[in-house]
Amino acid sequence: MSFEWSCPAPLRDYDRITIGHGGGGLLTEDLIRHLFLPGFGAAAAEAGADDAAIVEVGGQRIAFSTDSYVVRPLFFPGGDIGRLAVHGTVNDLAMVGATPLALSTAFVLEEGVGLDMVARVATSMGEAATEAGVMLITGDTKVVDAGLADGMYITTAGIGVVPAGIDIGARLARPGDVVIVSGPIGRHGTAVLSVREGLEFGTEIESDCAPLNEMVATMIGTGADIHVLRDLTRGGLAAALCEIATEASVEITVDETSIPVPPAVEAACGFLGLDPIHVANEGTLVAFVHPDDAERVLATMHDHPHGADAVAIGEVSTERPGMVSARTALGSHRVITRPLLEQLPRIC
Amino acid sequence: MTDVARFSDPELARGILDEIAATVTRPWSIMEVCGGQTHAIIRHGIDTLLPTDVRLIHGPGCPVCVTALEIIDRALAIASRPEVVFCSFGDMLRVPGSSRDLYSVRAEGGDVRVVYSPLDAVRIAEAEPDREVVFFAVGFETTAPANAMAVHQAHQRGVENFSVLVSHVLVPPAIEAIVTAPDCQVDAFLAAGHVCTVMGTDEYERLADQHRVPIVVTGFEPLDVLDGIRRAVHQLEDGRTEVENAYARAVRAPGNEHARRMLDEVFETTDRKWRGIGPIAASGWRLAPEYRRFDAEQRFEVADLTVNENPACRSGEVLRGVLRPDECPAFGSSCTPRHPLGATMVSSEGACAAYFHYRGAAAATGAT
Repeated sequence: MSFEWSCPAPLRDYDRITIGHGGGGLLTEDLIRHLFLPGFGAAAAEAGADDAAIVEVGGQRIAFSTDSYVVRPLFFPGGDIGRLAVHGTVNDLAMVGATPLALSTAFVLEEGVGLDMVARVATSMGEAATEAGVMLITGDTKVVDAGLADGMYITTAGIGVVPAGIDIGARLARPGDVVIVSGPIGRHGTAVLSVREGLEFGTEIESDCAPLNEMVATMIGTGADIHVLRDLTRGGLAAALCEIATEASVEITVDETSIPVPPAVEAACGFLGLDPIHVANEGTLVAFVHPDDAERVLATMHDHPHGADAVAIGEVSTERPGMVSARTALGSHRVITRPLLEQLPRIC
Repeated sequence: MTDVARFSDPELARGILDEIAATVTRPWSIMEVCGGQTHAIIRHGIDTLLPTDVRLIHGPGCPVCVTALEIIDRALAIASRPEVVFCSFGDMLRVPGSSRDLYSVRAEGGDVRVVYSPLDAVRIAEAEPDREVVFFAVGFETTAPANAMAVHQAHQRGVENFSVLVSHVLVPPAIEAIVTAPDCQVDAFLAAGHVCTVMGTDEYERLADQHRVPIVVTGFEPLDVLDGIRRAVHQLEDGRTEVENAYARAVRAPGNEHARRMLDEVFETTDRKWRGIGPIAASGWRLAPEYRRFDAEQRFEVADLTVNENPACRSGEVLRGVLRPDECPAFGSSCTPRHPLGATMVSSEGACAAYFHYRGAAAATGAT
């Protein structure tokens, strides 16, 4: 059967799924916008740009999110697939201001994988859930033939409650907002890559994999006017800023020198020809905050271990909607674009 | 301050920029040869900080950009074979051949793997003796020593299921082709520091002498590039045409003797077709007779596969420095990183991609 993209205008790149379609970049967006949504038809809700959807149930706003984890290797410095699967979904819920409550866990296990390895992952998931304060309440287990799943894939889905009066989303970025990043960027991607490819960069880089819900709760608890929260996963800081600039029709300008990049990440990226702003994180967020509240939010973040190095990196304006640019150390400007596809596949 | 940050110190940069502005008395065009330098220039906006009389022209020094279309097609043909494990640096996967790229081959079931060293490909060949493991050996004098070492190791260890698709190109013949072209607008060259780390600077003495052109061996951090430009401007204003080493922390005149011996052992000079430029005599390397049995073109009988470029792509003019990327009618409209007409838009080191990523829509509309 032949297949036609539903949108007639743009030339499509490929007639099969390539690894880039899973990268969270423009190819993924194409797949959602021009294949999944038309296919789902009337059953599809309007696809928002946020990490979790919000549905109203009996007057209560419930946040709902799901994510699959296919990282290779299963264990890496600073985390493993289980920890990632719990914290990833917890963070997606936290980014719309929700208090995460419960997660489902679905395993696709490869025939032949050691039970000791599955047990290590299960223990790690339990610890991660306790750390994040969520319950693992339902799940599913399937096994596929040897050679099919690189050990295991995990899918988690989660629900949380959005407190009354909280409205946080990419579309809500406003001119004047201060852009805050919660910590050093690029650690997860380079940590996974360093073990996967056997690369060594002098010091070991650890993934930033962490649950952000507790810190987010304290940020919201200050009563500050927080407009946008976004965890910097695939595509890194650049993808997050570009999506927010597009969604809210604003311009975002950051100071390149104020973006915290650990020296080991910088060295690794230099060696691999990557830009740290495009590299994945798993426990780092950006917050867009009303300028009057920025100091207060920063101070609160500094009191939390996951936000100890939080710093303001830029601001929002109206001049060129959709544009993200950086002031360089030399005083010139450069445009920041979304990566077309993930340069480092199978990172989460 | 990290080591890298020291090479982009704003105060020092300002000092060099002031010196350039105080020195220049008339318009000069300076070509940075290496794609890594192009990237640094555009990423840090160095060209926008220079006096208007100093124009930078982006040269042909990105290996992905200058690899001939027919070599890509040969790679695609080899990678599609069921017995082959095709190993490549990641940058080459999205370079379009005549009709598809290596990502498509992989999606169709081809075994295409990204490696970070050709020695990894040799290890794969040893670990999987029933497969044919091919490494895509592209690049300038910088990547060649590791590729030579991989072939040498395969030879010594008898890894007969390993081969290389060689498309090595050389900087000095390219500089000579550019400087002798009738439409040449280049007054001085910033030579590629890392190439000179391997090959030394001897060959550039002849070029500077014979063609009366200053050549400054230059590094890749913002201050390196600015220092290269500063020295080139001084030479031009003084009427000197010398080879200067502005990258002494990495480059010595004789180069790296060990690497050169390995290159002499494994490779021999050959004519090469450059994407967008055409054939240049004695501008590349191929395997020497003793190592020819590791030549993937011969092993898989693809040497006869030849194709021509898409005429809409003007990357040749970009690579020769005659056309700035944003002066091309296709730039940002029918040619984007997503739908590249030519490799200068695909490679992260390509001049067109650098313009697109760091200037974005502004460059596409001619605004600043």
